[in-house]
Amino acid sequence: MDMKRDYYEDIELFPGWVEKFWFFLLLVFLGAFPFISNNYLIYVANFMAINIIVALGLNILVGYTGQISLGHAGFFAIGAFATFTLMQKASFPFLLALPAAALISAIFGFLIALPALRLEGPYLAIATLGFGLTITQVIGMIDLFGGRTGLHAPELLIGPWELKTDLDLYFLLVPLTIGLIIIARNLTRTRVGRAFIAIRDAEIAAETMGVNLIFYKTLAFAISAFYTGLAGGLYAFVLRFIEPEIFGLYMSIVFLTMVVVGGLGSIFGSIAGAMLLSWLDLELRNILDIPYLGNWLKDLSREYFSITGVSNIQYIVFGGILVLIMLFEPHGIYGFWIRTKKYWKTWPF
Amino acid sequence: MFFEVDNLSIAFGGLQALSGISFGVNKGEVFAMIGPNGAGKTTLFNCVNGIYKPSSGSIKFKKKEIQRKKPHQIARLGIARTFQNIELFPYLNTMENIMLGRHLFMKTGLFHGGLMFGRRSFAGKEEQENRQKAEEIIKLLNLEVYRNKPVGALPYGVQKMVELGRSLALEPELLLLDEPCAGMNSEEKQDMIFWIKDIRDELGVTILLIEHDMNIVMDISDRIMAINFGKPITVGEPAEVTSHPEVLKAYLGVG
Repeated sequence: MDMKRDYYEDIELFPGWVEKFWFFLLLVFLGAFPFISNNYLIYVANFMAINIIVALGLNILVGYTGQISLGHAGFFAIGAFATFTLMQKASFPFLLALPAAALISAIFGFLIALPALRLEGPYLAIATLGFGLTITQVIGMIDLFGGRTGLHAPELLIGPWELKTDLDLYFLLVPLTIGLIIIARNLTRTRVGRAFIAIRDAEIAAETMGVNLIFYKTLAFAISAFYTGLAGGLYAFVLRFIEPEIFGLYMSIVFLTMVVVGGLGSIFGSIAGAMLLSWLDLELRNILDIPYLGNWLKDLSREYFSITGVSNIQYIVFGGILVLIMLFEPHGIYGFWIRTKKYWKTWPF
Repeated sequence: MFFEVDNLSIAFGGLQALSGISFGVNKGEVFAMIGPNGAGKTTLFNCVNGIYKPSSGSIKFKKKEIQRKKPHQIARLGIARTFQNIELFPYLNTMENIMLGRHLFMKTGLFHGGLMFGRRSFAGKEEQENRQKAEEIIKLLNLEVYRNKPVGALPYGVQKMVELGRSLALEPELLLLDEPCAGMNSEEKQDMIFWIKDIRDELGVTILLIEHDMNIVMDISDRIMAINFGKPITVGEPAEVTSHPEVLKAYLGVG
């Protein structure tokens, strides 16, 4: 029998002491992490944090509202270029430029949503794909955004604090990411999130219950683009140099893969998927340097693919891992998590 | 008249789905629509809801024309409905499904929702108030057992009840029930009849009903309209309508 004191317990962030304790432990770990690891791992963590922000935004659109997007690298690029341009050309301070860039990205999200209102499934995928491919071309044509040569990072100042190293960025990114995770989680558990899910599951029923379809679909696009734009602005500082070519189709697909592999319609899934794919993306680049396995893969590729060996065998391994995950756990990491939780709850029965 | 449809017609390409439908519903009435499959009953509901735009005619609710309005605007006027093929949100639990019916009564937007910190925050308070209301409906329809279960996994009859609950959460003045008893066993049907009567008598909701089970129709409706091929056959008291020769012909092929 549930003994509820009030209905807030239904939607509470941390339902009990156990969750509060784990969250506290996580904060302690995240605070101590940079001091017990090396520079490279801090860079990996930053990369993960940025991808988590994108995955959250994309999951709100794809997982919660049921609208697919293959053009999120476009919003990511808008965020990155807008942040740099605003800071360099309009001398905005970083704390103003980043949200402004995210807002610009959100406006683009809103504009994309207008034609997208009439499109569904594969048609929407193609329309957003077109947007993603076009926007980087357009950015590359305009000298204000550095044209084909790209832009270098301006000085990153937050008040008197100058962020130079990956470690500095870590202390900006981690709290921001935690904040954005909590906001996304709150949003999806309250009225707006319910309206999104309603649109995903039964559009007509949602409408007859009073959900304004046009408003909420465009809102989902705007929120998604806002998160992605914000992440783009931050990513630009992690890279320190941006050019349009970085934000290609491959990036959009990796974003979508994070959400699907993590678990559609789940905040936990977005985080897990983003972390796993970021890690794979970075680690697999060095796969050929791994002792034994690297040589084995080299031999394999020489034997079956080409005489000199395939240079991009990491993509094949990457794809293989993804196929295996989806094969054994169609609901992604989130599905795996739910099953594991259930198993241990009823263990040993 | 509380609710009035006048000379309503709609065509899909060459198919005249509804032609010249007129009827009026009094406040507090259960008004049933009968007719063979494909007669246009659900199409009529879709017109009332604003999902379809009729080609001609008018639909007046409390003397106001609603025909040009969008579905969500019509919901705001106090018209709720259930669907013939269940249209629930399968991954949400019973409580959350019913909470969607409270959508219009809530104001939590992006900022209040995203920044819901603590039970005293705007969104926290509003959630609690509306969950309280949703709980009243759950209690009314005896759905407590299913409160925290995703509705996609619930038995068919229960899903129908959840859908009824969701539409009641809208606190409607006019409730459209599209075959509320379809696919139910006789016990569930009895329950549903009981609730429909209760909703009318206790909550004072006017009900527009589509149902094929004539026993139910005879039991609960005050007046009946029979339609066939999108055209009205007759409107009147249950006994009148069921003995009307055209109705018998449409249903049984007699005469």
